[in-house]
Parts: sequence; structure tokens; C-alpha cells
Amino acid sequence: MYEILKKRVLAENIIEYVVFAPAVAKHCLAGQFIILRVDSEGERVPFTICDYSREEGTVSILVQTVGFTTMKLAEMKEGDDIHDFVGPLGNSTDLSEFKRILLVGGGIGTAVILPQSKQLKQDNKPADAIVGARNTSLLMYAEEMQANCKNTYFMTDDGSNGNKGFVTDKLRALLDAGEKYDAVFAVGPLPMMRAVCNLTKEYGVHTIVSMNSMMVDGTGMCGCCRLSVGNETKYACVDGPEFDGHLVDFDEAISRSRIYTEQEKDHVCKLRGKHNG
Amino acid sequence: MDNSKRNSMPTQSAEVRANNFKEVALGYDDETALKEANRCLNCKNAPCIKGCPVGVNIPGFISQLAKGNKDEAVKVLKGDNNLPAICGRVCPQENQCEMFCVRKAKLGGSVGIGNLERYTADYALEKDIEAKKVEHIGKRVAIVGSGPAGLSCAGELAIMGVEVVIFEALHKAGGVLVYGIPEFRLPKSLVQKEIDKVIALGVEIRLNQVVGKTVMIDELLDEYDAVFIGSGAGLPAFLKIPGENLCGVYSANEYLTRVNLMKAYDKDAITPIQRAKKAVVVGAGNVAMDSARTAIRLGSECHLVYRRSRTEMPARAAEIEHAEEEGVIFDLLTNPLEILGENGFVKGIRCIKMELGEPDASGRRSPVAIKGSEFEIECDQVVVALGTTPNPLIKNSFKALETSRKGTLVCDEETLQTSVERVYAGGDAMTGAATVILAMGAGKKAAKNIYNKIMNK
Ligand SMILES: Cc1cc2nc3c(=O)[nH]c(=O)nc-3n(C[C@H](O)[C@H](O)[C@H](O)COP(=O)(O)OP(=O)(O)OC[C@H]3O[C@@H](n4cnc5c(N)ncnc54)[C@H](O)[C@@H]3O)c2cc1C
Ligand code: FES
Repeated sequence: MYEILKKRVLAENIIEYVVFAPAVAKHCLAGQFIILRVDSEGERVPFTICDYSREEGTVSILVQTVGFTTMKLAEMKEGDDIHDFVGPLGNSTDLSEFKRILLVGGGIGTAVILPQSKQLKQDNKPADAIVGARNTSLLMYAEEMQANCKNTYFMTDDGSNGNKGFVTDKLRALLDAGEKYDAVFAVGPLPMMRAVCNLTKEYGVHTIVSMNSMMVDGTGMCGCCRLSVGNETKYACVDGPEFDGHLVDFDEAISRSRIYTEQEKDHVCKLRGKHNG
Repeated sequence: MDNSKRNSMPTQSAEVRANNFKEVALGYDDETALKEANRCLNCKNAPCIKGCPVGVNIPGFISQLAKGNKDEAVKVLKGDNNLPAICGRVCPQENQCEMFCVRKAKLGGSVGIGNLERYTADYALEKDIEAKKVEHIGKRVAIVGSGPAGLSCAGELAIMGVEVVIFEALHKAGGVLVYGIPEFRLPKSLVQKEIDKVIALGVEIRLNQVVGKTVMIDELLDEYDAVFIGSGAGLPAFLKIPGENLCGVYSANEYLTRVNLMKAYDKDAITPIQRAKKAVVVGAGNVAMDSARTAIRLGSECHLVYRRSRTEMPARAAEIEHAEEEGVIFDLLTNPLEILGENGFVKGIRCIKMELGEPDASGRRSPVAIKGSEFEIECDQVVVALGTTPNPLIKNSFKALETSRKGTLVCDEETLQTSVERVYAGGDAMTGAATVILAMGAGKKAAKNIYNKIMNK
């Protein structure tokens, strides 16, 4: 059992959980993930580690309430226990070989680029960042990102913060204006990462993405998380989650992410039904 | 001469069981067990024992059964086999003990050794013969993995007074016994009873601990006197043909894990599984049979595609028969070439017909494609059951461990010690995918050697 020590709503349907998991906290690094099961009947769902404290034995995850498991999580309170919480899984992010870096975060993907912005600042090579969301109220970690980065640009789909457009609009503008980056690290929904990669390919800028595939075990045992990278099959859980974005077959990844859409809808309906009834 | 026929195992009828996940084989009743036990000729040289990988005293326990001494039979059986209720159900007896039974050819068929093993073990489980606690000798051993290898090593060490902690990556203990082999062949409540017995001996099982990620082997070596690695062979092989990443293509590991461990067979389960109209399973081992029979129970039509012929099928004979009775259609001498898709989902599989050529290195006749014989099978699901190899995760986190080209841990054959002092291994992690009985035997053997080592014997 893994206790939720803190629960903080960052934006509508976006919640940060600080979980007591000393064994995970002991070895984890930014970019790695955990797999949890809410209760004894729960499914296994992966979440990226967005912060941790070895001293306090805690691991933080950021969760967007979208489906059955995340809805169940949202119902839990501080002091409640998560049934299973295993990790750290996958490989950590290592941007040390690059000098000038652009971080791109879409939605809760921002939680994954935040620790990198902190690290890069510590290494004395603060990054630039583009953070995107549907509207202003969904923009996360604005202050932290601004404090860590040289330049931070915020974009909203609806223009509610005054900067209407997608992260790719800003990205193109920066590259057109002659900004030179050694690497782009982009994390967000699959269509966003695909759009970023299509663009950076055009401009010849190396791009790393973090793939949030569906998983079961998270240790290489089932192949559920597989994706095509440069015509080779890779496992997001053990070979990733980060890959060269220019080699990832995003169309396939998007198609694979939809395999259980119908069943998921059904479960969410049941959960809602139970609450209403 | 007594020519009585072997008493067959009663089963649920094929029509009924194809629609449920309950155990297929129902077990002997007392009367049948007694009759069957009396068929044993109690041969002096006991050829059957030579067929058993752990050398169970077969005539020994059967003669006790024949005399009506069930408690004695249990003692004899458990002397050599820690997990008899499981082995009685899943061992390939026809290639082991029963193959050497003197009655096999002429005298009504081999004695139902596996069936009697199951009968004896189930009696022991029901009676709940209490495990006695032993005094600790002040030594601690860490075990990686809670499959049959890890469990039997743990049980054996605990009985000798060693403090044992098992580190298990999944949220449930049991290894393949819980995530792989389906309920209808090995009820999970029974596996749980065996695990409870190990816990009753004082063994601690820590779940959600991925060794090499959550905790490192060198940390375990600091804290424990020795480490046993029984991490199995969990890495699935794929066909490496086009279309393999389409939605609806599963490794058997994923398919069975979703259904068994995550209970996706229950329509209300949270973990989803695609319920296909027509599934194609590729392969012909136990894993393939389990997948095909699971597909049938999930309401699919099911074809099993295998590139060799029936005689080469590696699955247990009973599983092949049961699969066929339940309606699995065997497409033998058939090799998949490509999985076909539409909008990202499987819609068929293109195959080619094969014929058997010369025997290969393994002695099996190798299949050769027949030119121009390509054809398509329409289907909306493909389950790939082509075997598994050990997961490199532990090795990658602890480079001093020597592995073979196939990824198996290299061990001293006598002691089961790996290339690293105080680190032992056994089961599928050492042999590659094999059997429950071999894994159990290895766990037991390693326990003895670990004990001698830590006691400086
Ligand atoms: C579907 C299927 C059907 C089978 N049918 C039969 C049959 O009928 N008869 C038969 O004799 N055999 C059968 N087998 C084979 C048999 O199950 C295996 O040979 C046996 O389970 C091997 O035991 P083990 O203890 O070595 O490994 P496993 O049972 O694989 O257990 C290994 C355990 O280690 C854990 N683990 C792995 N890595 C780590 C890590 N890094 N840290 C912590 N824990 C870890 C795993 O989660 C697992 O619980 C079948 C196998 C499958 C998959
Ligand atoms: S999640 Fe099972 S192999 Fe990656």
C-alpha cells in the first residue's frame, strides 16, 4: 500500500499526487515512470515521475482525469492508499550531451519537461521552452518554468492568454527567426509530438520525444507497449520511454493507442452510472 | 496378468467447458484413485522414477495409496516434490514418468501417475497439514521472483531455518502459474494455497519490487548472505513479419496476462481485452494451446497455425486433445507471412503451406515452404505464441552476471551458482523456457547448495 501524502489540483482535471514510496524514490531519476493500480481490481497504468524526494521517500506524479483509473484516482483523498505502485521503470532522460536545448511541453507533458528545465539550469545551460495548453487555466508550472528557463513562451489553442496558436506555431517562428538548437525535447499528446517532429525534421533539428504507450507489466514481458522506431520494433517500457522523434512511426502509435477506446467508454459510463445511481 | 485399462480422468464436457473458465479436469474420486493405484505393479527397478526430473518415489507413494494410507502417500510425495498439486496438473507426464511405465504398451496403458499425484496432493491441501515454524539460524537469503523456482527455493530454505525474503516484480506472487497458465487448467485458488504454505513457513514476499530497478542485486548482497535468481524467461518472441504492430496482435504473454492476472475474462474487469470474432494463434506449445482455448472461452472462433505437423507439436498431449475437443481448428504445416490490416486493425493473416524436409539439428524434420501455396485466413486477432527468453533487465543492471547467447544465466551445474559468488540461479532464467517441475527441482537444489555455502559446510 502506498499512501497519498499530498493531493493538489493544478488545473481543471489535472491533479498532482505526492505518494509515499521510499523504495521507488531511492533510485528514481527524471524521465522514468511508475505503474500503479488504484485498488485490488485495478488495471495497471503508467505515469511519468515528475518529482521525487529521496529524503522524504516520496514520488510525485501528475494525472489528467480522462478515463476510468484516473477518475478513481481523483476520488481518492490525502491519506488514502494506492494499492500498487511499482518503479522506477524505463530509462531516465539524459540531455547532458546537448548545449542549446528547446523544451516543448503540451498539456501534462509539461510535468515531464519541468525537471529537465531545473537540471539544465543547474548545469548552467538554461533552456528555452514552449508550453502549450488548450486555454490559460490549463497552463501549468508557469512560474517554475519561467524561473528555470532563459526564454519561456506560452501558447493557448483558444488564445485566452493572448498568444493564440499551437506550440508548433511558436516553434516555427523561432526557427524561422534563426534560433539554433542542438536538440528539441518534446513531450505531450501524440498528435502534438508528431507535429513537432514533422516540423523539426524539415529544419533538421534533432528531436527527442517521450512515448506514453499503453502498458501492462512495464518490464518487457508483454510487448503491449511496442512501437516502430526506424523500422525496428521497440518497447517503450524498457527501450524508452524516450526515442529519436524523427524515427518514431507516430501514425502507428496513434492507432495503437485507440485499441480499447470503446471498452474504456463503457467503463467510464458504468463508473458515472454508479455515482448517479 | 492384470490387463485392466487405465482409468481416465473425468472432465467437464467439451460443450460446457468451452463457455467457462472453470477447471477442465475434475480429478479422481476415492474409488477410482484406489483402483488406479492398484494398477501399479510396484516394479523393483521402477523405470518411471528415471523419467521424473526430480526423482519422485512414484511406486512409494502409489503403494501407500493402494493400501489406503493417504497421509503416508502425502509424506512420500512431498519428500521429493514441493508443489505436487501443481505438477500433477501441468507436468508433461506422457514424456516423463508415464513414458517409462511398464504397463504403457500392452497392459492397458501407463498408470495415471500424474492423476494420482494430483489426487494425493489435493487431499493434502484439503487437510491443510500445518506447516511447523522452525528456529532461525541467523542467516538471510533474498530470492528474485516468485515462480515455482523461487517458491520452492524459499520453502526449502525456510524449513532449514533461513530467513527468506522474495522480491517479486508483479503485484501478485506465483510467476507463470498466475499470469500465464489459465484458470481452467490450474485454478488460481490452488496456487494461492501453495503460496500461503510458503508464507506460513515464515517467508516474506515483497510485491512490486523489480530487481534491477527498484532494488539492485549488489544491495541485496550487502543485506543478505546469498541471492537466488528465479526470474523466469518472460521475454516474448515475435514473428518479425509485416503487420505485427497492428491493433489486435498480441504476444501470448500479453493475451494471457490480461486474461489471467488481470481477470479480463470477466466482462466487468477493468483491464480490457479485445474479444475477437475469429482469432489465429501462432505456435503449438502449451502456451499456444492455452491461448487458443482462452480465445474459445472468450467467444471467438479459433485457428491454430503451426509450421510443422501434429507429431512435432510440443504441447502436452492432453492440452492438444482438449483444444481440439473444444473446437480449436488446427492449420498445420502452415507458416504466417504477413498480418493484414485495415484502419490499423487486423483483418487477416497471409500464410504459406509447408512440407516436412530433412531432420534439423533438434532431430525434428524441418518444414520447407511449398512454392505458390500462399493463402489468406480472415481474422480480427492474432496471438503469437512462439516461445520466450530470459528478460535482460537483471543482467543489464548487474554486468558481472554471465549469460549465454540466448540470454540465460550461466551457472555451475552442480551448485547452481552463477558467475558471481553468493548469487545462485535456477528455473527458466537458467534453462530458458522449460517446465514447472524442472524449475521447482532447480529451486530445491539451489537451496541445498546455498545452505551449505552460508553454513560453511
Ligand atoms: C502459458 C504457459 C503455459 C505453460 N504450461 C506449462 C505446462 O503445462 N507444464 C509445465 O511444466 N510448464 C508449463 N509452462 C512453463 C512453466 O510455467 C515455466 O517453466 C515455469 O513457470 C518456470 O518457473 P520459474 O520459477 O523459473 O519462472 P516464472 O514462473 O517465470 O517466474 C518468474 C517470476 O520472476 C518474476 N521476475 C522476473 N523478473 C524479475 C525482476 N527483475 N525482479 C523481480 N521479479 C522478477 C516474474 O514476475 C515471475 O513472477 C508454461 C508456461 C506458460 C507461459
Ligand atoms: S509494458 Fe509489457 S513489455 Fe512494455
